[in-house]
Amino acid sequence: MRIALFVTCLADTLFPEAAKATVRLLERLGHQVVFPEEQTCCGQMHVNTGYPDDALRLVRRHVRTFAPYDVVVAPSGSCVGSVRHQHAMVARRAGDERLASLAEEVARHTYELSELLVDVLGVTDVGAYYPHRTTYHPTCHSLRMIRVGDRPLRLLREVRGLDLVELPQAEQCCGFGGTFAVKNADTSTAMLADKMRHVLATGADVCTAGDASCLMHIGGGLSRLRAGVRTVHLAEILASTEAS
Amino acid sequence: MTSTFLGMPTTAPRGVGHLRGDQSFPAAARRALADSQLRRNLGHATATIRAKSAAVIAEAPDWQQLRDAGAAIKADVMARLPELLEQLEAAVTAAGGTVHWAADAVEANRIVTELVAATGSDRVIKVKSMATQEIGLNEALEAAGITPVETDLAELIVQLGDDRPSHILVPAIHRNRAEIREIFLREMPGVDPALTDDPVALAAAARRYLRQTFLHTPVAVSGANFAVAETGTLVVVESEGNGRMCLTLPETLITVMGVEKVVPTWRDLEVFLQLLPRASTGERMNPYTSMWTGVSPGDGPQQVHLVLLDNGRSAVLADEVGRQALHCIRCSACLNVCPVYERTGGHAYGSVYPGPIGAVLSPQLTGVEENASLPYASSLCGACYDACPVKINIPELLVHLRAAHVTAQRRPTTESIAMAAAAYTMDHPALYAAAQRAARLTRLAGRRGRGLPPPLSGWTIGRDLPQPPPQTFREWWAER
Ligand code: SF4
Repeated sequence: MRIALFVTCLADTLFPEAAKATVRLLERLGHQVVFPEEQTCCGQMHVNTGYPDDALRLVRRHVRTFAPYDVVVAPSGSCVGSVRHQHAMVARRAGDERLASLAEEVARHTYELSELLVDVLGVTDVGAYYPHRTTYHPTCHSLRMIRVGDRPLRLLREVRGLDLVELPQAEQCCGFGGTFAVKNADTSTAMLADKMRHVLATGADVCTAGDASCLMHIGGGLSRLRAGVRTVHLAEILASTEAS
Repeated sequence: MTSTFLGMPTTAPRGVGHLRGDQSFPAAARRALADSQLRRNLGHATATIRAKSAAVIAEAPDWQQLRDAGAAIKADVMARLPELLEQLEAAVTAAGGTVHWAADAVEANRIVTELVAATGSDRVIKVKSMATQEIGLNEALEAAGITPVETDLAELIVQLGDDRPSHILVPAIHRNRAEIREIFLREMPGVDPALTDDPVALAAAARRYLRQTFLHTPVAVSGANFAVAETGTLVVVESEGNGRMCLTLPETLITVMGVEKVVPTWRDLEVFLQLLPRASTGERMNPYTSMWTGVSPGDGPQQVHLVLLDNGRSAVLADEVGRQALHCIRCSACLNVCPVYERTGGHAYGSVYPGPIGAVLSPQLTGVEENASLPYASSLCGACYDACPVKINIPELLVHLRAAHVTAQRRPTTESIAMAAAAYTMDHPALYAAAQRAARLTRLAGRRGRGLPPPLSGWTIGRDLPQPPPQTFREWWAER
């Protein structure tokens, strides 16, 4: 299958390993990955901070870039959520009905990585090997906005060598929330403290998730504490093999 | 009220009532977060209610259909509110009640105060009500020499403690029983000095005090959870039975109700009386459901008044996206699941409406500029939307109100300039790639990813920054 990678600006700029792993994984499964280079950012930060009018040009760019592809994948539940639940709204707000329906069309073909693997490609065992004690944080937008359900857990359960430990109060937000972490830094930090407490309680070496943003937040906190637990994107675990 | 639109409806007036805090949310939250007793009380209480509610919701096989039905009824009400209110007025009047229209808090307080004064009583008993707190009725009554006595146990704790409520349903959720014992010993007339902090003993002390008050006060003030337009029936749901005492014993009953509480038909109650107890207290059925239709000669209050309160609601209704906030049935499920509320508590929101619903309702009632920090008091995690029994899309409303706040800024701000610049850059892939390289080269973060300059310093108070990678993804891709 020919799959267009929507890398997301965060993975592109700060977490390229998650994006490279997505490419390696899909190629290993026998698919062709293309990277439309005109892509930049979905505009979620603009919409969520109150700047839907500034986001309009980014929605237009995103729709133009990805409209030609039948299948689009992103290693981020949050950015897929923005494509599905915000793009058409931004277009309609600006009175651009044509853009709104194109955006809805692109959204229908856009998948978060675990959705693509389980629903479209029909695999749960991707042949991965990752010999680490690992806990999974479901991230709010994957969980509640696009409802990936247990797909990531089904994928992780098939990873050889991986010791999956359940995260207590997993469904609670880590406190990231984009600009929330800056505008309400104290409350965000309080939420993060509880999330880290639960991660540390699992005794895991690795905390994984399907969103680089939440991992950046949790990982930044764990690093500050010198906690000795690292954050690794789901794609990187699924891309790991005995050989790597 | 007429169904003709006569220009922009007004927001809730300043200087009266409790819809505005004196601090921004981040500042008030900072103080609350440092209170370890508060954090413990709230964490314990919200986790308990969450678990109880989740268990009884799981028993209801048609929960999602009920939510859809609740949302549909409320949407219908908002679409024809003026007509339903006129129908309600006619039905209440026909049943012997008197209907008053209050455009705002000032008018409502004046109407109630005059009605109480006309009875000659210098004391009223009160059923727990959000609307009367919103308008600051107690202060208005006190100013007129009338003593209001809260009869809901938690509300009484708040009143005796000279405190403010911090939860819609459990106003004293921020207090534990040791603190409640102290308040009773200090403030409750005639209390037994040997009072312990055993919940049964505390409840018994409150009962003794309240019984006396019930039997000697001829006027009660209540809110209403629902009002049925076709029959003129008012409905109060509560758990203690104190509300029912107030609604049945006095000679005069005055009900203050937000205009959005009307439902079209008696049958609509079927939906809400299933949704409300499971979502709010985690009960299958509400313990005390009181309903009254005007006056029943020789039985119960013989003077029945209904004050219909606008206080900014017409302004909310005028916003097609924002009006969803008026669907709220005040169950407080969104508070109990909110990770922000759980940590900051209700006082940080500065309004009688705290938590997620407060963050979208208070700024609309007052105008967004007077509560501008509230729409940002959320990580947009979406837990409130999942929990809401009438499916109010609170995250959508929050984002909508953030945009309204940005639009209301008359001059460009540092943030708006940065946002426009970011959007421009990201709309030009060559500039975007250059910015990525620049971000990598500039050691913006200083030492070891710590200590960003303001406003980004919020990040580095508790978190390190990621090390910029040697190569962006697109550089890697280009080299492949
Ligand atoms: S917004 Fe929904 S969940 Fe929150 S109090 Fe109102 S009805 Fe309950």
